[in-house]
Amino acid sequence: MPLSRSDVERVSLLARLQLGEEELDRLTEQLSQIVQYVEQLSELDTEGVEPMAHTLDLQDVVRPDERRPGLSREEALANAPRHDDECYRVPAVLGD
Amino acid sequence: MPHGMMTSATGSRRYSEIERATHPQGVDMDLEQTSATDLLSELGSGNCSSVELTEACLQQVARHDDTIGAFLQVETESALARAASIDQQRAAGEPLGPLAGLPVAVKDILCRCGVPTTCGSRMLENYLPPYNATVIERLENAGAVIIGRTNMDEFAMGSSTENSAYQLTRNPWDPERIPGGSSGGSAACLAASMVPLSIGTDTGGSIRQPAALCGVVGVKPSYGRVSRYGLIAYASSLDQVGPLARTVEDAALLLEVIAGHDPRDSTSAPNEVPRYSTTVREPLEGLRIGLVKEHFGEGLDNEIASAIEQAVRVYESLGASVHDISMPHAGYGVATYYIIAPCEASSNLARYDGVHYGYRTDTEAMLKELQAERQLLSPQEDEGKLDSPLVRMYRRSRAEGLGAEVKRRIMLGTYALSEGYYDAYYLKALKVRRLIRGDYDAAFKQVDVLAGPVTSSPAFRCGEKTDDPLSMYLEDLYTVTANLAGVAGISLPCGFTSSGLPIGLQLQSAPFQEERLLRAAAMYQAETDWHTRRPPLA
Repeated sequence: MPLSRSDVERVSLLARLQLGEEELDRLTEQLSQIVQYVEQLSELDTEGVEPMAHTLDLQDVVRPDERRPGLSREEALANAPRHDDECYRVPAVLGD
Repeated sequence: MPHGMMTSATGSRRYSEIERATHPQGVDMDLEQTSATDLLSELGSGNCSSVELTEACLQQVARHDDTIGAFLQVETESALARAASIDQQRAAGEPLGPLAGLPVAVKDILCRCGVPTTCGSRMLENYLPPYNATVIERLENAGAVIIGRTNMDEFAMGSSTENSAYQLTRNPWDPERIPGGSSGGSAACLAASMVPLSIGTDTGGSIRQPAALCGVVGVKPSYGRVSRYGLIAYASSLDQVGPLARTVEDAALLLEVIAGHDPRDSTSAPNEVPRYSTTVREPLEGLRIGLVKEHFGEGLDNEIASAIEQAVRVYESLGASVHDISMPHAGYGVATYYIIAPCEASSNLARYDGVHYGYRTDTEAMLKELQAERQLLSPQEDEGKLDSPLVRMYRRSRAEGLGAEVKRRIMLGTYALSEGYYDAYYLKALKVRRLIRGDYDAAFKQVDVLAGPVTSSPAFRCGEKTDDPLSMYLEDLYTVTANLAGVAGISLPCGFTSSGLPIGLQLQSAPFQEERLLRAAAMYQAETDWHTRRPPLA
């Protein structure tokens, strides 16, 4: 299989997902199957082909640097799971 | 939990729960056979009011949505109030927008200020956007009456609407079957004549496929045609908002309203918007139709293949010329898409961190869990192998707030973008994407539109593909290439299987050639009556 269980465990940390034992097993199998499928792209010779991240040939867009109304602090905090009216609250970053 | 989430801040309730204070006798309206365009003339001539029309739609929802499950929330009170205010404006002779008084259903993926917007996810169950999406603003400025939010696959990831965290949506043609997805609710509510118009989004086929499986019309506009501002992002280089309707003219009308440049979306194109709703009635002279030979290979259902062949004959009878086209990279579309879309998704969905908005895990329980894990470590073991409380909060919040398919795609994208794999997967896919675009560019030098199937088979049974992600992904075979290349596409009804399930015809045009696409589609529709068939609702 292209992906091992420890690959999936490592990726789950990068993706900030906590996965249970069964989920790890299932995803190892499913992701391997999908990766095997997408590997068909290696059949194609893409030497010298310019990668296409975007379909529009738009130039960088700039706008006048003018002040415009944005969200108030109250509005910006309104959907936060925890806040203290000034800041977002999160568990301790260093230590407990 | 069907409808359980509908205890909302807006106080909306399901229609069946409210007393109908006005017009208790109801208005006898043929919602099944009257197009949005005709309803506009009825409203304009005073034959019906917007309140009457909105009530008739709400009645149809009340009658059938317990079975179909198209709506996550029906906004009875605000819709009726809005309809009444349009009626007043009309009575006062005030200028009215192009959709004045018409009920519209909106996929639950576009932000509406102060109205719950869940994207079909537990993650956003309690989210109240602080601003409106541009498409919502345009609908409101046009006088539309938004009557509710439609069900969808979580974060638009899916082809059956079974990935919604809230409820199943059933195909009105056969409630044992899926309506397609991810815009399944928006297609099903049209097929069941609950609304004349709806809005969906299409990242890999999410408008065209449910439109095909439900027997309605759906347009995926060219990338950049419609603003994505306020559209909850899945894969930003592929996502487009588009119209669903029961006729091509109605889709043209709705596209004209939502299309156009938006300074708030740097990827929205400055191209002018043609008068689609007017020009759609003008047939094209000397239309050149291309048939992609790779689309008629193994795996295509026989009945669908023959319906497409017959549709092509209709075009020939109208004087169109038919040309065989080869798109050698078409078969690599699904593989390319299932690298690029998950990569973009893994980055876009990193925003769901349990901090700024959205679901957060029970922090106390999380800290206890970490404490217990620490006690299990032997003294020699490094505490560094344990997550910090913040990282564990992210991981648990995302694990609990996101569904299986969303996690699968985040994992796939994170893997493909991780060190050592970027070139082999993501970069490779971007190069093949260029080759697919090249196939289209070559094709559109020879023909005006490409014609072919939307799906390889008709609507499948609920639960049939849920355990097999890859087979679900292959549903997107004929639709993903349009998103990868940024071209426009439409699905319109072109027949039924022997078991009575709808079949869709897909037409595709070069970028920003929606006018031609809609005119070509209307030519076929004028010669056929598939779009007038309605499911026998229980």
